[in-house]
Amino acid sequence: MTGYDEERIAALLRLLPAPPESWVKAAQELPWARAEIGEIVARSESDAAFRAALVADLEAALAAEGYEATPSVVAALRLRLGSG
Amino acid sequence: MDAVTTDAQLVSRCRAGEAQAWNELVERFSRYVYAIAVQAFRLPPHDAEDVFQDVFARVYEHLERLRNDEAIRPWIGQLTRRLCIDRLRAGGREGPVDPEDIELGEYDETLSRLDEAMAVRAGLDAVGVDCREILDRFFSRDESYRSIGEALHLPAGTIASRISRCLSKLRAELEGRS
Repeated sequence: MTGYDEERIAALLRLLPAPPESWVKAAQELPWARAEIGEIVARSESDAAFRAALVADLEAALAAEGYEATPSVVAALRLRLGSG
Repeated sequence: MDAVTTDAQLVSRCRAGEAQAWNELVERFSRYVYAIAVQAFRLPPHDAEDVFQDVFARVYEHLERLRNDEAIRPWIGQLTRRLCIDRLRAGGREGPVDPEDIELGEYDETLSRLDEAMAVRAGLDAVGVDCREILDRFFSRDESYRSIGEALHLPAGTIASRISRCLSKLRAELEGRS
């Protein structure tokens, strides 16, 4: 890494603003949501109607069953259910 | 200079199930993923958030598959790039960027600049908490001298000189790595 004057360093630092805090927090909570995600996936494997509802509208199906559809849970479920 | 956890060490700690390590990993790469989605691909906030969460969900799910722990940054970069392109294509022509107009060379150039920015940011971890905080607040969070002074309990009149000193320190750190 060569040729870094202060101006260039400052410009590069400006390229990386922080994302909204809530996004970071949701992603950090992913491991804690894992048990719930596992439970939903297991249920989707044994309950065809539930799986169909999840595939049709994931967020609505989760809300209807009383699960909290946080962005990280939704993203992880899309991945696990193969709809992402 | 502070001891810095390398990317490989962080990945290794995540694999060992250390909860704090996952928090650090998200913290370390969150700006990178965000910048790719918002600056390189100009995704609107809702799409950018979906991509952001999807990236970290995939990283969490597939961390075991990463063959070279040092390569986590390029892996995350490529993953984010791919998910952004998928999102643009799925959105058709309604988004800010027409998927037909996607010139990957242009995006790759932005990615390359963001990689460079990440390298500079990694240098921040080595210049001490005080300097990292002040440089981050001024350059990345765009805070005024006054806000920084209030937050860090420093006289506002000393902030400019502190920034200058910290930039010199960071420059020396970066040149030491070359």
